[in-house]
Amino acid sequence: MLSPEDVQKVATLARLKLSEEELEQIGHQLGEILDYVAVLDEVDVSEVEPMAHVADVFNAFRADETRVSLPREESLSNAPKTDGKYFLVPQILENA
Amino acid sequence: MDITGSTTGQLLDAMQNGTVSAVEVTQAYLNEISAHGETVGAFLSVDSEGSLTQAAEVDRKRSSGESLGKLAGLPVAVKDNICTKGLATTCASRMLENFVPPYDAHVTTQLQNADAIIIGKANLDEFAMGSSTENSALQVTRNPWNIDHAPGGSSGGSAAAVGARLASMGIGSDTGGSIRQPASFCGVVGMKPTYGRVSRYGLVAFASSLDQIGPFATDVTGTARLLESIAGYDVRDSTSVDRPVPGYSATVEQPLENLRVGVVSEFFGEGIDSDVDASIRAAIDVYRSLGAEVSEVSLPHTRYAVATYYLIACSEASSNLARYDGVHYGRRAEQFENMIDMYAASRAEGFGAEVKRRIMLGVFALSEGYSDQYYLKGLKVRRLIRNDFDAAFENVDVLAGPTCPTPAFKIGELVDDPLQMYLSDICTISANLAGIPGVSVPAGFSSNGLPIGLQLLAGPFEEEKLLRAARMFERETVWHTKRPSFS
Repeated sequence: MLSPEDVQKVATLARLKLSEEELEQIGHQLGEILDYVAVLDEVDVSEVEPMAHVADVFNAFRADETRVSLPREESLSNAPKTDGKYFLVPQILENA
Repeated sequence: MDITGSTTGQLLDAMQNGTVSAVEVTQAYLNEISAHGETVGAFLSVDSEGSLTQAAEVDRKRSSGESLGKLAGLPVAVKDNICTKGLATTCASRMLENFVPPYDAHVTTQLQNADAIIIGKANLDEFAMGSSTENSALQVTRNPWNIDHAPGGSSGGSAAAVGARLASMGIGSDTGGSIRQPASFCGVVGMKPTYGRVSRYGLVAFASSLDQIGPFATDVTGTARLLESIAGYDVRDSTSVDRPVPGYSATVEQPLENLRVGVVSEFFGEGIDSDVDASIRAAIDVYRSLGAEVSEVSLPHTRYAVATYYLIACSEASSNLARYDGVHYGRRAEQFENMIDMYAASRAEGFGAEVKRRIMLGVFALSEGYSDQYYLKGLKVRRLIRNDFDAAFENVDVLAGPTCPTPAFKIGELVDDPLQMYLSDICTISANLAGIPGVSVPAGFSSNGLPIGLQLLAGPFEEEKLLRAARMFERETVWHTKRPSFS
């Protein structure tokens, strides 16, 4: 079972600002899911290689050629905050 | 002509010989959407003007003798996690409620190249996370066979649109059953191709090693036609596979000789509905009657598939969804204290409960001290699941079983019990872990009138065989010709 501190730590790592109620509910549900996932303890995987991907994928090289990229206006078209040139974010440096 | 009651083949023939125009076909579907769209709730947006313009262009090309694509004039519902330039692509999330992509997904371009008509964007579980479409933050979608029931998910909007004949075809994405399960629930054909068969460029990522785009249609031939139009290598998706795309629709009518069907014992386990059990066993008898060799097959690691899937899918999701930070696009909170708080507040406002739950599980499964026990363990069991399939396909051509252990559950029935909802994916999930193709075909109805789906699975890149095997069954049965009574 996860402690409330564990759940808060995961929420912080996940960059999710959760209410007390959400923390409690998700903590409880995560506990249930982790209990269920413990079924995997039955499986002996000592000789098994992990499989991150089903296909044998190799590095996909391509020619290093200049291509047209998305115009600035279109790149900024969905920005929550912009001055028309940049994506605007809150100040992160003191006295800048 | 009963336009919306026609198959893709009948519509293509009718447009080809001039019985109807593409504009008339599109208008007929738009009329159905006006009449029933609100009841079903399949679409998040309908592009009436754009689709009529596209249809008029098809008619113009035809009358001037220009060459036409394979899907010319067929209206298609596209799941709203697939980017369409200039048309909102919301993922059914508050996070992307106002997102209008500046580019098209590869699949969108392929549909346009085939002269298909993108009639609207279909509802889904938020970010494709769910099995009922109830996790949509924007809208409820109802099962066209009984509006108190869920359409399945996550591609529930696409499946319901095709089931209700509000579109001729649909595009979905399948990460753990998200095409096959709603196809089964809505009484249509739905297919998950082999991982890498269709480019994921422009598909909003959920779990990158599992996600695959695929087709819906009312019959197997339409499914084959749509798949051959969207499949193929794309340099912009480095996991798409560079091998030729067979002409699936050209061979789909050819029955397979000496077909060997393996019946997966584990898919008939505890919790299977008795109507589903009876329908699927009857479906297997159809293959016997056609001379197929039927044998019992075991996939011994099936009982670990759901646990393995949730560890891997959520881990990948937690990484993929880290991009939603309220900076470049998507929702930004109004109130926050600093930069980090802006991320956390924006994400808390933008994501719904299931998405938060999965991100939390993924972050936990990847976190220091736990990743060996959870994520890495999942990757190892994944290999054992793939090995089960490799062994099975040494002796059989296709595997058969139910798509889902039950017919469509009621809206609200499982919504407070995430684990039970996850377990409804028990028969579909292992195909994603193994990367193999699967199809769901209408195979009967429950005693209360809800569709039941037969699932067939085949080895990697065996889509042609899979579609031919599916068509062999469909030709002997009438289930795919049934339509929900409201329409």
